[in-house]
Amino acid sequence: MFVNQFLFLAAVLFCIGVYGVIARKNAVLMLMSIELILNSVNINLLAFAMRNGSTDGHTFALYIIAVAAAEVGVGLGLVLLVYRNKKTISVDELSEMRG
Amino acid sequence: MQHLQIIAAQWVAPKIDYFALAPEIVVVVGLCAVLLLDLFIDQRKQWLLTIVSSFTLLAAMLPVLMLGLSETSVRSMFDGRYVVDDFSLVIKGLFLLAGYVVVLLSSSHVEQGEYWRGEYWFLLLTSLLGMLMMASSRDLVSIFVALEFLSIPAYMLAAWRKRDAKSNEAGVKYFLLGVFASAVMLYGMSLMYGVANSTLLVDIAKTLTTTGDFAAVHALAVVFVIVGFAFKVSAVPFHTWAPDTYEGAPTPVTAFLSVASKAAGFVALVVLIYTAFPASQDVWQPFIWVLSALTMTVGNVLALKQHNIVRMIAYSSISQGGFVLMPLAVAGMAGSENSALRSVVLYMIVYAATNLGVFAVILAVSAKTRSGEISSFGGLFSYAPSLGVLMTLFLASLAGIPPLGGWIAKFVAFQSLLQSQSNWGYALAIIGAVNSVVAFGYYGNVMREIWMRPPPDGDVTPIVAPGSLRLALTLTSALTLVFGILPSVGLRFADLAEIAGAITR
Repeated sequence: MFVNQFLFLAAVLFCIGVYGVIARKNAVLMLMSIELILNSVNINLLAFAMRNGSTDGHTFALYIIAVAAAEVGVGLGLVLLVYRNKKTISVDELSEMRG
Repeated sequence: MQHLQIIAAQWVAPKIDYFALAPEIVVVVGLCAVLLLDLFIDQRKQWLLTIVSSFTLLAAMLPVLMLGLSETSVRSMFDGRYVVDDFSLVIKGLFLLAGYVVVLLSSSHVEQGEYWRGEYWFLLLTSLLGMLMMASSRDLVSIFVALEFLSIPAYMLAAWRKRDAKSNEAGVKYFLLGVFASAVMLYGMSLMYGVANSTLLVDIAKTLTTTGDFAAVHALAVVFVIVGFAFKVSAVPFHTWAPDTYEGAPTPVTAFLSVASKAAGFVALVVLIYTAFPASQDVWQPFIWVLSALTMTVGNVLALKQHNIVRMIAYSSISQGGFVLMPLAVAGMAGSENSALRSVVLYMIVYAATNLGVFAVILAVSAKTRSGEISSFGGLFSYAPSLGVLMTLFLASLAGIPPLGGWIAKFVAFQSLLQSQSNWGYALAIIGAVNSVVAFGYYGNVMREIWMRPPPDGDVTPIVAPGSLRLALTLTSALTLVFGILPSVGLRFADLAEIAGAITR
């Protein structure tokens, strides 16, 4: 089994995710970019688990999926809160505090 | 599929040492009690929740003490993935005590503004539970779960004042950067698992080196994981969330984040450095060196120009983080590996006591002046002498003036740097010394307001602090003084044997 291709896919996904977090100004799109990074991690873990023949990678990936769901739940809640108060979800307009 | 079935057939149920888990279990019971009580009692009896939370934390300290006094010094569960040793017990005691002081700080503060108090206590206890787990985790999966366990409630705590735009902003900024950092950290962890074929830190230490075919992957993994925790401890250049979050969040939450949450990040860093990365010191030592030097300097310089007291303390706590990182930059060198661990633990204990004290004074003063400006401390000594003296004491301790706690913490940190007998260590010691002097600039500024300026609005009615705040002030000031005057007390806790499972070099 060729592990390299999976690792390459994961690395590309990771880079797209990091670019998205830095370049995007919309909070929801930033959240989606973070999800991309987390999924690249899952691909990495499963590819390595296959290469190494152990189950630790599978377990780790399951934990990441569960925790990522909790994170998105909290994240969307926070974004909704900001939208209610400010009618925008652009992170550029979150500038009450400076210095 | 075949190998999965073979592994499944070999599985045996792990033995669980319930005594070792007792502190965590007490907190779990307490937070469930808070959650259920919140459903059934009416709004006027919400003070009950405060009592339950504070007693939960006090009750959890009992098993920590008993474990500390018991004969068995290391209790290891799940093949060494969850370890209760002297290091984790000291850290758990620190978290529980800091949590108790935060409860004292919060009790009068959460009553303002008609927000749902039950949520506050539940989230606070949950976050503390994550910190207790972090102190014992010796495996990538459990470190990750503990990190999220302590962070996710903290994001919500920062945004707890739902109708306040500043609090929302604090929560969202903290959340986005925190989650991003943990995602980057996870990528590093996945690479680590890939080369080591195990998530156990001790196994990783055996394979993680800076030579061989996978040297580049190893280096990348170590750097990514450290970046993840650098966000948590708000090390420069990963500090951008800290000032905004600290200023916008409710002040007791800021105290919690700047002390307990930060200490949790350091604990994870220490555990990783000592148990997983000993063979890759060529990678992390220069990296931590740069982080530490930048964190001290940038934090200090930016603190100098602040007008808001909480924001100034935010930058001051960033720069204090640099001093905690300082001995870690030489932790891999012969001669300072033990003293670096001692210095980090002592610094975290002293810093927790002092910084929580600063926040207690800020809460007491801002309840009267309704202002966050440094100038609102003008003439504090003339109308509230005890608060003025205490604030001076805490600030002097942060600045590292003898005979206060901060002095002995800095002394031990510099000692550790010099023991490394390397130019790296000497250079960092010089940067640290210059920064300690610079820091006096902004601490002294607040002291000048307290002692020499008149009250800004001429209002000289004395401040009557609520009983819980007074208790918090007594606890923190006593600890700050005791650590300074009797250094052996603090060192008694910090003088640990090596972290269990750490590979001796």
